[in-house]
Parts: sequence; structure tokens; C-alpha cells
Amino acid sequence: MAGFLIKRILQAAFVIVAVTLVVAFAIRLTGDPALMLSQGAGSITEADLARIREALGVNKPFLEQYSDFFLGIFTLDFGRSFLGGTPVIDLIGNALPATLMLAFASMFVSIAVSIPLGIKAAVSRGKWADQLIRIISLIGLSFPNFWLAIMLVLLFSITLKWLPPSGMDGFTSFLMPAITMGIILTATNVRLVRTSMLETMQSQYIMVARAKGLSESTVLYKHALRNCAIPLITYFGLQFGGLLGGIVVVERVFNWPGLGTLAFDAVGARDYPVLQAVIMVLSMLIVGVNLLVDIAYGLIDPRIRTE
Amino acid sequence: MTAIAKSARFKRYKNLEFILGVVLTGSICLSVLFSGLLFPDGGDKINLIARLTAPFTNPDYILGTDPLGRDVLARVIMGGKISLQVGILSVAGAVVIGVIMGLISGYYRGFWDMIVMRFADVQLALPFILLAITFIAIVGGGLTNMIILLIVSQWVQYARLVRGSVLSLRDQEFIQSAQAIGVKDIHILFRHLLPNLIGPVIVLITLNVANNILLESSLTFLGLGVDPLIPSWGGMLADGRTYLQNAWWVSVFPGLAILLTVLGLNLLGDWLRDSLDPTGRTSR
Repeated sequence: MAGFLIKRILQAAFVIVAVTLVVAFAIRLTGDPALMLSQGAGSITEADLARIREALGVNKPFLEQYSDFFLGIFTLDFGRSFLGGTPVIDLIGNALPATLMLAFASMFVSIAVSIPLGIKAAVSRGKWADQLIRIISLIGLSFPNFWLAIMLVLLFSITLKWLPPSGMDGFTSFLMPAITMGIILTATNVRLVRTSMLETMQSQYIMVARAKGLSESTVLYKHALRNCAIPLITYFGLQFGGLLGGIVVVERVFNWPGLGTLAFDAVGARDYPVLQAVIMVLSMLIVGVNLLVDIAYGLIDPRIRTE
Repeated sequence: MTAIAKSARFKRYKNLEFILGVVLTGSICLSVLFSGLLFPDGGDKINLIARLTAPFTNPDYILGTDPLGRDVLARVIMGGKISLQVGILSVAGAVVIGVIMGLISGYYRGFWDMIVMRFADVQLALPFILLAITFIAIVGGGLTNMIILLIVSQWVQYARLVRGSVLSLRDQEFIQSAQAIGVKDIHILFRHLLPNLIGPVIVLITLNVANNILLESSLTFLGLGVDPLIPSWGGMLADGRTYLQNAWWVSVFPGLAILLTVLGLNLLGDWLRDSLDPTGRTSR
């Protein structure tokens, strides 16, 4: 078990280093931030530019800049934003909860909807309910998330005037972004629940539970669902990356002040320290969630460890 | 209900799935193919007098016009051209690289295998949109760059799929006997292994064309993709959003076009998966 743990943690560390290294290198090819900052400032000499570069720390060798940045993980110091000089960690600290809130709310919405629907589909396999759920989930899979967001705005904000179209201001502003991502996730999750349930329902202990005369709902929710919880948690964990990617786009539509909005603004302004830190935080989240899921799975199912 | 009746109903459902998929995908492909004949001006003709005409009110503009008085129907069909181009070319590139890398890494293991698996790890941790934001900031948007980006980020999916199948096939007797009679490696890879693992690859191709159309439109919507001057679904949605208050049709029809195209491809992919794998083991 210790060997498995060490191997997985090393793999996770490798991924984070690789992702941040590529991003840090790539972003420095986008152009000179000193030029960008001095735009419209009148006559600027080469000496002024050099001084700006010195102040921003971008005249140091690339590897030194990168190692300074990477060590920031341990001291929680990612430097300052090129725009306005706010410490990057503060910007992240403001945006991260907004993004995480959205991520967990949409996951919650999707799990709450897809478990009963998936079970219904599995129980009525091949019947009309199963096929209806299957068609609806295919349609959900085909929805562009940003268009779904726009259509919800059209319906709930413009036509019905029930919900605010954008921003983060109280619970009502939270509903549409969470529902958008929830619907997109549910489309995949229903199918996952259905497949896992179908596999579990064929086991002998389900037959035994039925033979004992337990009610159908006890058999389904207590015996079958509990046993397919482990593979389901794994799938949900693997989805986390895609979920965050989707949230980044949806945040843009709803003007949600999360990491996605922060990243887009940083790209536009060539604000290296911010973009770098956002990408690193997002990839650490994804790698971290997958690592936890793997470890949990390895603890429960010894066959995984030896693979 | 008997098992036979059930399976007959399932067959009817699968047939319906296939027909719907073919009709949707086919009609989009045909209209894109003949878009030049239907709309010789490419949907670019500006008619300010007829700006923001509501749909179904003017026979010249069945789906209405946008803020510059351009025909929404013409632009939706022209936009399909971009989406199909991106979808097909990006998948073609990724399949060629991915299948070759998958065959090599599964058959020879060792160094190439390690490369593929590490790439797969990194790919899992970096959602496409984030990769796209970073790289498009460097190299700029545009059709070609977007296709390259999709290829770079997706070949690993095919490599992993093929690698997995090769690992389970390479120790089987027909491969061993081919090796024993001295068949060249390149023939073993492409003549003996490839035909035996192509089924799941075809399913992945269908689903990824759909997926890449979605990604292309998201990127263009965010202003990171296709040139805003070229009619594209994502670009039309980005423009139309500003007019959502008083001209819903500018935002509704391009999105509907994406939905129907992607749905058609997903229906076909679903049908293919069940047809190629009758046991239903992979049908998620």
C-alpha cells in the first residue's frame, strides 16, 4: 500500500510540475508585459522599459522565475498582479470560493437528479422509461453549455424576470449558473448510474435480498446503490476536470467572479503571475481530487493497488 | 413482457436512433455542401433597412436578420461549414497520430509507452479550455491554430484506447504465429492488430467530431477561436448575446444548429457503439 501511495503521489507531483512548466514557458512567449503596461504612456525610452522589467522581475532567467513561482506553493506567495499590484494570492482567494461553490453545487444538483433517474432507467431496462431517459440524456450531452446558459437567461431573466442575468449577488444569482452545469453533468451521470446499477443488479446478493422478501426500494437503495457507490465516486472524481473546464466558460456568460473570469482577464492583460497561478490552482484541484479518489479506491479494492 | 418482445422494442429504438442520426447529420452535411449554391453571397450581404427582422415574417429572411441586416439562415448554414471543417480535420489528425502512437506503445512497451502514459496523465489534469486559453494567447486564434490545438490535446485519447487493445491482443495466438513465421512488425501492427481494434476507435471518432464542434463553438464564443468576420456558430452567439433583450432569434438559431448537429452525431455514435458491441458492456 505504501508503494502504491508513493507512486501515485509522485505521479501527481509530476503532472503539476509539467502543467505549470508548460504554461509558464508558453505564457512568456505571448509578448513583453513592459510594453503592454506602458501603452499610451507617452514617450517611453528603452531604459524605462528595462526598469519596468526589473520591477516586474521578468528580466531574470526563465528557470529562476519559474522556481520562484513554484516555491510560492509552499509560502503561498505568487507575487503581485502586473495590473494594480494586488497580491495574486488575494485575487485567487477571492475567486476560488466562487468557482468551488459553483462546482460543488452543480455536482450536488446532478447527483441528486441522476441517481433516481439512473436507477429508474436501470430497473425498467429496455422499456419506454429507459429509452426516454436515454434520449433526454443524449440531448443533454449535445447541449453547448454556454448556449444553455444564454437560453436560461432568455427564459428566466428576460422573459419571466425571475432571476438576475449575471453577477454574484445572493442566492438567486447562484441558481442559473449551478443549474446550467448541473444539467450538463446530469446527462453523463444518468448513464453512469444506469450502467453501474445494471451490473450490480445481476449479483447474487441482490437475488438473496429479493428472496428474503425485502421491499423493492430497500433492495434498490440500500443494497444495490451502496454497492455501486464506489465506481460511481470514481467516475464523479474523473469528471472534475471537465466540470471545471465547463465552469470556466459558463462563468464568462454569467459574469461570475471566479477563476475562469480571472483567467480570461489575465490573458487579455498579459498578467503572467495571475494566469500562471490560476492554471496551477485549477490543475492542483483536479490532480488532488483524482489522487484522493484513487487512494480511496485503492484502500477499498486491493486489486487496484497491484496494477 | 417476454425477453423477445423487449429486444424487439430495443431494436426498434436502435433503428429510430440510427434514422434520426442519419437524417440530422445528413441534412447538415448536405446544406453545408450546397451552401455556395443556396447563398452565393456567403451570408455577408448587409441590409441595414431590414436589420433585426423577426423570423417567419419576411419570406426573404425566414429566420430573420441580425443587427446588420444579414440573413440569419444563410449565416447559420455558412457557420456549419466552419464547424464541420474543424470537427473533421481535427479528429482526422488526432486519429492518425494517436493510432500510430498507440500501436507502437502497446506493442513495444518501454520508452514510448511511458511517453504516452505521462501525456495521458497531463491531459487528464488540464481541461481543454485552459490549454486553449494559454496557447491561443500565444499563437493567436484562427481556424488552423484551433485545429492544431485540438489535435495536440486529443491524440492521447486514441493512443490510450489503441494501446489498451494492443496489450490484450499481442499475446494471442494469431499474433504469436504471425511473429513465428517472420511477418514484419509493420505488417503485424497494421494488418493484424489494427483491424481487430478499429471498432471502438470508430465510435470514439464519431463522438469526438461532435465534441470538437462543441469545443470550437465555445472557443469562438469566448473570442479565442475563428475570426469574428467569418460566419460561425460560436461567433454568431457572441454577437447575438448583446441583443438578447429584443432579438432572441439571433441567439437561438445558431445554438439550435450546434445542438442538432452534435445530437445527430451522438445518436450515430450511440448506435454504432451498440452495434459493434452487442453485449452492451461499454454502453454508458
